[in-house]
Amino acid sequence: MSKPTDTASASEEIHVVHIHRDDFGSKMGMWLFLFTEILLFGGLFILYAGYRFIHPDGFAAAAAELDVLMGAINTVVLLTSSLTVVLAIVALQKNNKKLCFFFLWVTIACGLLFLLNKYFEYSAKFHHGIYPKGPALQDMSEGEVLYFGLYFVMTGLHGLHIIVGLAFIGVVMWQIKKDLITSTNFQKLENSGLYWHLVDIIWIFLFPLLYLIH
Amino acid sequence: MSTDNNNHSAEGEDEGHIAVAHHPSYGTNILVWIGLLSLTSITVAVAGINLGSLALTVALIIATVKSFFVMNFFMHVKFDNKVLKIFIGVCLLIFIIVLILTFFDLTFRY
Amino acid sequence: MANGTTAVPGQTAQIDFYNVKGKYKGILSWLLTIDHKRIGLMYLVGVVFFFLTAMILGVFMRLEMLSPGETLMKPQTYNSLFTLHGVIMVFLFIIPSVPAVFGNFFLPIQIGAQDVQFPKLNLMSWYLYVIGAALAIISLFSGGGIMDTGWTFYVPYSLRTTTNVSLSVFAAFVLGFSTILTGINFIATIHRLKCPGMTFFKMPLFCWALYATSWIQVLATPVIGITLILIILERFFGIGVFDPTLGGDPLLYQHMFWIYSHPAVYIMILPAMGVVSEIIPTFAKKPIFGYTPIAMSSLGIALVGYLVWGHHMFSSGISDTSRVIFSLLTFLVALPSGIKVFNWVATLYKGSIEMTAPMLFTMLFIFIFSIGGLTGLVLGALNTDLHLTDTYFVVAHFHYVMFGGMGIIFFASLHYWFPKMFGKMYNEKVAKVTAYWIAIGFNTLYFPMFIMGYNGMPRRYYDYLPEFQTYQVISTIGSWILVSGILTMFFNLFMGLKNGKKAPDNPWGGTTLEWTISSPPPMENFETIPTVTRGPYDHTYIHGKEEKLMQ
Repeated sequence: MSKPTDTASASEEIHVVHIHRDDFGSKMGMWLFLFTEILLFGGLFILYAGYRFIHPDGFAAAAAELDVLMGAINTVVLLTSSLTVVLAIVALQKNNKKLCFFFLWVTIACGLLFLLNKYFEYSAKFHHGIYPKGPALQDMSEGEVLYFGLYFVMTGLHGLHIIVGLAFIGVVMWQIKKDLITSTNFQKLENSGLYWHLVDIIWIFLFPLLYLIH
Repeated sequence: MSTDNNNHSAEGEDEGHIAVAHHPSYGTNILVWIGLLSLTSITVAVAGINLGSLALTVALIIATVKSFFVMNFFMHVKFDNKVLKIFIGVCLLIFIIVLILTFFDLTFRY
Repeated sequence: MANGTTAVPGQTAQIDFYNVKGKYKGILSWLLTIDHKRIGLMYLVGVVFFFLTAMILGVFMRLEMLSPGETLMKPQTYNSLFTLHGVIMVFLFIIPSVPAVFGNFFLPIQIGAQDVQFPKLNLMSWYLYVIGAALAIISLFSGGGIMDTGWTFYVPYSLRTTTNVSLSVFAAFVLGFSTILTGINFIATIHRLKCPGMTFFKMPLFCWALYATSWIQVLATPVIGITLILIILERFFGIGVFDPTLGGDPLLYQHMFWIYSHPAVYIMILPAMGVVSEIIPTFAKKPIFGYTPIAMSSLGIALVGYLVWGHHMFSSGISDTSRVIFSLLTFLVALPSGIKVFNWVATLYKGSIEMTAPMLFTMLFIFIFSIGGLTGLVLGALNTDLHLTDTYFVVAHFHYVMFGGMGIIFFASLHYWFPKMFGKMYNEKVAKVTAYWIAIGFNTLYFPMFIMGYNGMPRRYYDYLPEFQTYQVISTIGSWILVSGILTMFFNLFMGLKNGKKAPDNPWGGTTLEWTISSPPPMENFETIPTVTRGPYDHTYIHGKEEKLMQ
């Protein structure tokens, strides 16, 4: 780091800010941010738990409208994308940039496939008038209305996080291309992976809670 | 910067500035993935069986086990510094406490 | 501004951070800075501005309450005033103030670091503060008018009112983000950047307080984040989760709101208590009594603070079982606070007390905060709370702890660290007079509110029965005394900035690391990172010379 040595020349010297590399600190920062995401979704899970407790039958009836197969496919897709993001890190650490890019592209493809599935699911719901204040909801019980309110908010917020995660991975891919992230300097790639895994974990809970109620 | 003997390294405060790639292996990760897929199938299968009130508990337990694997292996927590494990514990503890206290109201009001 | 280049006994000869030449010049050297000291000062400008703004709103509220019925304004205006007063004070002043101003400025220095862990993120926190503030201001002049829900935005009214709830609530969401990023930054800074020899248990207690606060910021703020988003979604799309006509439970809203907002009050008070733990040893010239209990009590308050939110809902209709449990837990949270107060007072025993302005503010704090804390116990007991809830008693209680507690320590911090931040001294005599003046005004304004509340005067009411008028008038007169005292205090500090004597490195004889560097500090705080061997409050003297051994 540069420091002013004597007062005469110090006033002319341009101060250079030196930022030290700290990979663990960077990882810690990302984990702390993930905690905020856990509590953000946590609030929704608390509301879900409360309303499901109050309206067990309504929730079960509404959940029957959901396509379990679509949900299961999406779960498999996300789990696979989590695998590929880890394999990308392993590949980079083994200095195989090409393989790393391959795995990251697969991750992005999985993410896009997830979003595509959700688009189909949402379209089907809208087509049947199932959305907040929609025509189908007018005839439904309170429990069903609450279920769908929570369904759209929780999966919608989750989908938003998928998009953010994909953007994050995209940026990281660009940085790998520019050699800003390398086999010996890969914390940013790991951090993007951490974010992605959290989005996966949230879906691991959303799937049974939203799709598998009987 | 890390020569002082008084500085307890229990948390590895002086380490970690440059991340070391630890034991990368494609195989372990693929095994974990297969385990996760199996647990997913179990979840779907179990949902078909009429377990009544136990169904939710079973589903949550399986989801927790899956998350445990994702966290420990994919997110590397198993191999990470102890301090991260404590952090995660604190976060989950707070969430669970808040959930339980909220239910003290709901269970006795409805 | 201090020049900092002439070497004078007691003053380190170095370029201070104001005068160092960086990549940018002029205003850009501030707006694009990543130096934690400049960021802290930029926050200072913001929080003081908003404090004064909300204070003036309070003055107008008190003017309206001089007589029953309409005095100055219509009821709708009054509702908007107290909503705005609350929102600005809570989100734009109290929550950021001590951590964002003094935490930013002094945390790195106190642990022997050159900056925080994520300096650019720190700047982003400040911008989020500014953007949130701008959105809040815009919400005043757009949409359906200024919010009138009270700062608590309770449903269903917040879903129905045509005033501009969505934008203001979104502003609060953005501000929450600012808080979260600061919390993340401080936790990482404390874990990763402590200088050699500085273990957790050699850190100053201010740092412990910031550590505990940061955990609350990280874990509690997202809950209100999602709640605010849900209000907006509810208003626009009719989701149903909070709307009773669609099956929603308004009490679940209250739960979600207070799950954050109760820990939030600990975000407010913990850093202030941390500052008290700095000021008292310095001016009692002896180590703090019970360092470890105080450090642990900060963590204890943070943890137990998550468990008590239901005491804001005792009369809302929650189950009896939960009310009893929350009441019990509320009593528990008083214990760690009590530990602190006892330890502070014990520190004074056999100390060599120097009653400077910061010390005087702190002594007044202990008295005022104790009243606030004890009345909190009255409210925490179920049976008494049912009579006092939603009355002026509550208003008095929270002003005693938030304003008389955190606010007074904000003033104390300004006076304590003023020489270090600005390199100048203020007029000590005037400062002490303003301390007494503020304390007298404060008690005149708020103490009658305890009596009014006890006798049934409801809060947030525009009109009242004639029997309350005497107390209301005393209270309003108190507000004039208080405000004139506060303005004089700021004026005195401003004059110190302009014309004050140059400050030495260590005007108070403090033993923590900030007093080992120049006033104002150099750009990177330390020429070489210090190595620490003693505790933070070790006031030992070298035999023969009255030279304090710095940490």
